[in-house]
Amino acid sequence: MVAALAHLRLFDEEVSGLQDDLASILEYVERLDELDLEEVPPMYSPTAARENVWREDVVRDARVTAAFLEGAPDVEGSHVRVPRVVDTRAAEEQEHE
Amino acid sequence: MNDLRWLSAREICRLVRGGEVTRREVLEAALRTIDDSDDDVGCFLYVNSQRALAESDDADAGEGERGALDGVPVAFKDNICTQQMPTTCASAMLASYHPLYSATAVEALEEAGAISVGKTNMDEFAMGSSTESSSVQLTRNPWDPDRVPGGSSGGSTAAVAAGQVPVALGSDTGGSIRQPAAFCGVVGMKPTYGAVSRYGLIAFASSLDQIGPITRDVVDCAAVMDVLVGDDPSDSTSVSHPDAGGFLQAVEQAGDDLRGVRIGLPQEYLDEGIDPGVRRVVLDAAETFSQLGASVQECSLPSTGYALPAYYIISSAEASSNLARFDGVRYGLRETGAEMMDIYRNTRGTGFGSEVKRRIMLGTFVLSAGFYEAYYVKAARARALMVREMLDAFEQFDLLLAPTGPTVAFAVGARSDDPLSMYMADVCTIPANLAGIPAVSIPGGFSEGMPVGVQLMGPRFGDARVLAAAGAFQRATDHHLVRPPLADPAGGSESM
Repeated sequence: MVAALAHLRLFDEEVSGLQDDLASILEYVERLDELDLEEVPPMYSPTAARENVWREDVVRDARVTAAFLEGAPDVEGSHVRVPRVVDTRAAEEQEHE
Repeated sequence: MNDLRWLSAREICRLVRGGEVTRREVLEAALRTIDDSDDDVGCFLYVNSQRALAESDDADAGEGERGALDGVPVAFKDNICTQQMPTTCASAMLASYHPLYSATAVEALEEAGAISVGKTNMDEFAMGSSTESSSVQLTRNPWDPDRVPGGSSGGSTAAVAAGQVPVALGSDTGGSIRQPAAFCGVVGMKPTYGAVSRYGLIAFASSLDQIGPITRDVVDCAAVMDVLVGDDPSDSTSVSHPDAGGFLQAVEQAGDDLRGVRIGLPQEYLDEGIDPGVRRVVLDAAETFSQLGASVQECSLPSTGYALPAYYIISSAEASSNLARFDGVRYGLRETGAEMMDIYRNTRGTGFGSEVKRRIMLGTFVLSAGFYEAYYVKAARARALMVREMLDAFEQFDLLLAPTGPTVAFAVGARSDDPLSMYMADVCTIPANLAGIPAVSIPGGFSEGMPVGVQLMGPRFGDARVLAAAGAFQRATDHHLVRPPLADPAGGSESM
């Protein structure tokens, strides 16, 4: 289920090993419960600064389009081609169920 | 010129500027060493010979000032974007990826005259402590080919230790510069968080990652820090450092005199989990610091033991978010699939190795609804607690002294089946990342014939004092002058 959330396909031989690993890691991290963290606000970054960093709203031409397209897996003109995102027929069928 | 490859970066720069040696000669010595030794050590994923030679020829032909690293061959860990060279993170996901731009750190070094020699091996996406999870090749420790170089910047540290290049850059998220530097007997520094731009560093954990220098001595490390440190509009987490450009000066000015410097020795870093040989080296180092005039005193940081679990939750959570971009759509690997979802799943299933998957899974779980508070937020609170404790210690002490890691380099394959035992290698290095404080690992001695690293930590923006004390230590010792047998079979320790 977590693999689905992470959009990760797991090979059959990987599954039980990963389950065991994750179980033991999660068991290990439970020791954080030994700490009294009631009054402690969470820290998400070491920098005390909580200000936004601004720059002037000026367009900078990166000129990377050609190089970018060269590195893309499947290109059509100046677009990257991908398979269908939503299967509309399947979506309709599901609705009628 | 006898043996160019063991010259320090500063020495190279001096000789090049004085016309005593050409940049090409220096570069050729490096390329020859790589050619001779890399089949055994396996540091490089990509060697930039043609371009580098052309660049050095251009520089030799031209005139004018080329900066503080003029003619210095440099290697970059392969998670640092280089426009002229592939950047793979040692992952199948980016096996043929060419970045569209170079990292700010790369540009800074090149602007200072350094010659880019190539990209070095690493644990895949910087997740690991041995470089064994590279999808490409194994890197061996130049001190003992049956042992790991450490990780995740093992390719960079082994390259410097083996005399291939005098300077390499690595990245450090939980110890990934310092720990392999200790295993390979070289100097490795993690700057204050925000001091060096992360623009172009392929992100692992954004609140922990920093790029830093790997060199054979502290003076070179300070010289590279002078080039690297500076705030960058392209990295909104980068900040202006009050001592930017003054690190070399700080090291030179301190000399051998550490009177008035208060060094704390946190007992939790020297407990039963630490190898006796490592402990002995650290206590010897404490004695050396005392002799240099510093006052060394034991202290206690009781929440040290909680750093590792907090780190694995936080870094995995951040990694799961950062690695979501690798989806097969715009760049990198793309596996086939009928629908978009299949592309994501198949690409990520094939493109990522098992350690990366493990951490993405852990990270996704701790951020998921219903578990977020119990894991991620809790870990962030634990982080705050630990960091406050460390910063309080810096009221009493100027520096903290500790081992870089609990052991010397372990054998290839020894921990690869047991993730938790592998994670233990980072116990001493992780706290500095959580706190965003500067920390350096320097060669402190030997145990079992292998290098032992000793770690100095300072408060945020205390990079200069960390380097100054490290420099004084190096002037009083010669551990950093001993060369690994793999690199120098003829000689043992030779000072130039």
